[in-house]
Amino acid sequence: MATFSAGTNRQEKPLLNLDPVLMGSLVLLSGAGLAVLYSAANNNLDIVIRQFTHFAIGFMVLVLLAQIPSKQLFKWSPWLYLGGLIVLIMVLVVGYSGKGAQRWLDLGLIRFQPSELMKIFLPMMVAWYLSDKHAPPSLRHIAVALLMIAIPAWLIVIQPDLGTALLVLSLGFFVVFLAGITWRLLAVSGGLLLASVPVFWFYLHDYQQQRIITLLNPESDPLGAGYHIIQSKIALGSGGLYGKGWLNGTQSQLDFLPERSTDFVFAVFGEEFGFLGAILLLFIYGFVVMRGLSIASYAEDTYSRLLAGSLSLSFFVYFVVNIGMVSGLLPIVGIPLPLISYGGTSIVTILAAFGILMSIHSSQNLFTS
Amino acid sequence: MAARDFFKDTKREKRYFRTRIYIVGLLVLLCILVLALRLFYLQVKSHDYYATLSHENRMKVVPIPPTRGLVYDRNLNLLAANRPSYQIRVTPVDVEDIEQVITRLGQLIDLEEHHLKKFYGDLKRKQAFESIPLKVNLSEEEVARFSVNRHRFPGVEIIAHASRHYPMTGVNAHALGYVGRINADEMQKLDRKDYSGTTYIGKVGVEKFYEETLHGTVGYQHIEINAQGRRLRILESIPPVPGKDIVLSLDSQLQEVALQALGERRGSVVAIEPATGEILVFVSAPTYDPNLFVNGIGNKQYAGLRDDPDQPLFNRALSGLYPPGSTIKPMVALAGLHYGVTRAKDTIWAGPYFQLPGNTRKYRDWKKEGHGSVDMLKAITQSSDVYFYTLAHKLGIDRMAEFLAQFNFGRQTGLDTWGEVKGILPSQEWKRSAHGQPWYPGETVITGIGQGYMSATPLQLALATSVLATRGKGVQPKFLRAIQLSQEEQSVNQTSVARSVDVTDESHWDQIVEAMTDSVHKPNGTAYSVGKNASYTIAGKTGTAQVFSLQKDGEYLEYNEEDIDEKLRDHALFIAFAPAEKPEIAIAVVVENGGSGGVAAAPIAKAVMDHYLLEDEYAHQDSS
Repeated sequence: MATFSAGTNRQEKPLLNLDPVLMGSLVLLSGAGLAVLYSAANNNLDIVIRQFTHFAIGFMVLVLLAQIPSKQLFKWSPWLYLGGLIVLIMVLVVGYSGKGAQRWLDLGLIRFQPSELMKIFLPMMVAWYLSDKHAPPSLRHIAVALLMIAIPAWLIVIQPDLGTALLVLSLGFFVVFLAGITWRLLAVSGGLLLASVPVFWFYLHDYQQQRIITLLNPESDPLGAGYHIIQSKIALGSGGLYGKGWLNGTQSQLDFLPERSTDFVFAVFGEEFGFLGAILLLFIYGFVVMRGLSIASYAEDTYSRLLAGSLSLSFFVYFVVNIGMVSGLLPIVGIPLPLISYGGTSIVTILAAFGILMSIHSSQNLFTS
Repeated sequence: MAARDFFKDTKREKRYFRTRIYIVGLLVLLCILVLALRLFYLQVKSHDYYATLSHENRMKVVPIPPTRGLVYDRNLNLLAANRPSYQIRVTPVDVEDIEQVITRLGQLIDLEEHHLKKFYGDLKRKQAFESIPLKVNLSEEEVARFSVNRHRFPGVEIIAHASRHYPMTGVNAHALGYVGRINADEMQKLDRKDYSGTTYIGKVGVEKFYEETLHGTVGYQHIEINAQGRRLRILESIPPVPGKDIVLSLDSQLQEVALQALGERRGSVVAIEPATGEILVFVSAPTYDPNLFVNGIGNKQYAGLRDDPDQPLFNRALSGLYPPGSTIKPMVALAGLHYGVTRAKDTIWAGPYFQLPGNTRKYRDWKKEGHGSVDMLKAITQSSDVYFYTLAHKLGIDRMAEFLAQFNFGRQTGLDTWGEVKGILPSQEWKRSAHGQPWYPGETVITGIGQGYMSATPLQLALATSVLATRGKGVQPKFLRAIQLSQEEQSVNQTSVARSVDVTDESHWDQIVEAMTDSVHKPNGTAYSVGKNASYTIAGKTGTAQVFSLQKDGEYLEYNEEDIDEKLRDHALFIAFAPAEKPEIAIAVVVENGGSGGVAAAPIAKAVMDHYLLEDEYAHQDSS
């Protein structure tokens, strides 16, 4: 666990408050992402360049946030959360539709998904709220925290963007969990959650219901809803132990694999780099999460701990759900593979979260040194 | 914030938090382990399975139709060619809503009802992944219009292929036949694999008979495709074996001459090279353009041909049955000699009519006053009916039938084509089985002049003439001269004697040939009009076959041709071979409702023979 350990005996403040271990892993992932994207986009350099721009912006945001002490973030938390809610409502009113969902907000120069903001603002808010409450928090405090989570989650569900909503929900839940919710309460709420599944089901869009149904038996509808998952399993499976080699994945190169530069990019990765490559990727992801959790555990104040922990876990949810869905274990809910899938907003959000983690890490360094 | 924190038990809280982090860390590891196991299952354990699926996914086996063999005439003029053409094909499995796609295609491509009918018919029979031709022979504009809009039509493609083309249009139609799109019945009988890429199949004629030779063997391409079915590259290729070219015995120049000589009249000309049985001319008029059928003939156009009163689609040479009339007389005479019923020099009194003993019915001669005293020579030359009434009566129907059978009447000649009709050679037995009635002596009498029940095709008449020309060698008639095996190698169709005519004395032949020569070259001969200017000797016999009999009190009556409907007039016939001493061509001509054989039919035969023997520069290079 030595490399995960983010706490002990740091002698000097790292350059620009950046944790070199975490930074190195992120750069490695980004590089791998660009390489796979080049292959997934049929050697289209334009997309790679655009993605590179996303990374550039993302890393700038990261470095920027790393300079802001967590104390500042703590103060801004409620306002950012409120602002995020307002933008979410705006999306529903004036948002731009794509693929049957209203997720985008056009700001002239850039279009972005405001729901992404909530992936950072929500844990900040809940951590802010729970940081001065005793652990474990009382039922009333938990109820308030859940309401804070439910409002944005609901606004995102009705866009509808199930994947992001689930991510936001889980982020909020992680904060509550890390804040020290009792196991008994956890069990009870877990039961309630299960009971609410049928109700929740009722509110899902047809295409979302279909995705869950076909997950159970994708072969039943090979040309329709099951096509994605069948093709991605073929891509992964045909990759074998060593893979077909970079740019040589037939499934992806010959267009059989849908959405192969976005949500299904892992299938391209698995086809071209094989089981060994996939395991290596999993290892790096796991390492990043562990490093994040380590930073959280060494953080000095409750707010930083909760925030660092939940942000690390959000990264975990990202890659576990994405790889789980691409390999046919989980429903297709539209969560990108972090730092590898094409897409600006998610990259910037993820890197922003790591910026916050860096900041927390360096604050902790300050305390110890 | 720090101040607030210190109000709480920081250490305890931190410990509490650490525990949670450890639990979460374990959860993370567990999830990663599950994913790793899942990937192991997919990528290592099930690798073979998915590798196969991946392979099948990207591979498509596409049949490559073989090029159909070309057809040449004896002078190596091209009769059936292949020329590039574009067809549009739809692969049902790749199309979401076929009807909607067809409707949209209709805006780019001129689709008629028969295109749609054929397409939807194919759609039911073929499997969803097989591509179905929607329209063949697209115009260049249509190809261009579709190409621009191609991206809007996944599962629809334009394919270049070779379309059959008959450069001489109708000249050889009834011999050559034509190819057309494969229909449902044919599909049932075919080797589906071998025809998987083939559009056309021989429908009639030589094209049908030599289908196997002309078709060739299908080839395959293993093609890498993407998810849209777009071909990316060829991985493996088994080339098709093209169909073999064939050379026919037909002489298309002679065909043209025969057609021209027939002019607007309905009829048929068949000419055979007596020594080999090779068919030189095989004409049925009027003819039609076989190119119309290649890519599917429109309903209206087809109805026009089908309902034409002159029946251009009817193959008169092969399936037209005509009473042979007087053209049968040389053979009946030969029978008389063979059976010893008469001798050539024996004369009889040929009055205006013949009567059977004890019967009042009069069998009239075509010449009102009769021919007077005639021997066999004169009877043939002037075509005396009474002479042959008498001879037939003496021979009896069964001996006549037995002898004429040797000239191939009443059965198929076995020509290498489809749809041949065998005609009728009446006998007592035939009448019993065909009509369930006994034979009457009067029927023997009219059989002697080729009337009554007897009927034959122009092909049979030409073959019988060829047998006369060779003095009894009944060679197998054939269209096929050779199959081109490779650039240098030919498989020549050998001549075979189907059956020969035996006569008791070989000099009988000379007597018959002399009589036939006289009927063309002697001033009193029925075909003297063509013989008087001939630079070679022709042995021939005219015939006039009654289509319609005016009967009065049970008597056959002559009638004035001008008075009756054209369709009820006599058929004009003429058979001939030339040069009489060393025959190179035997010919039979039938002009429907043409009237007198000497006037209507003989000049046509003369025109063909003139061209063949005098003008055709190729004519003698093979036969002499």
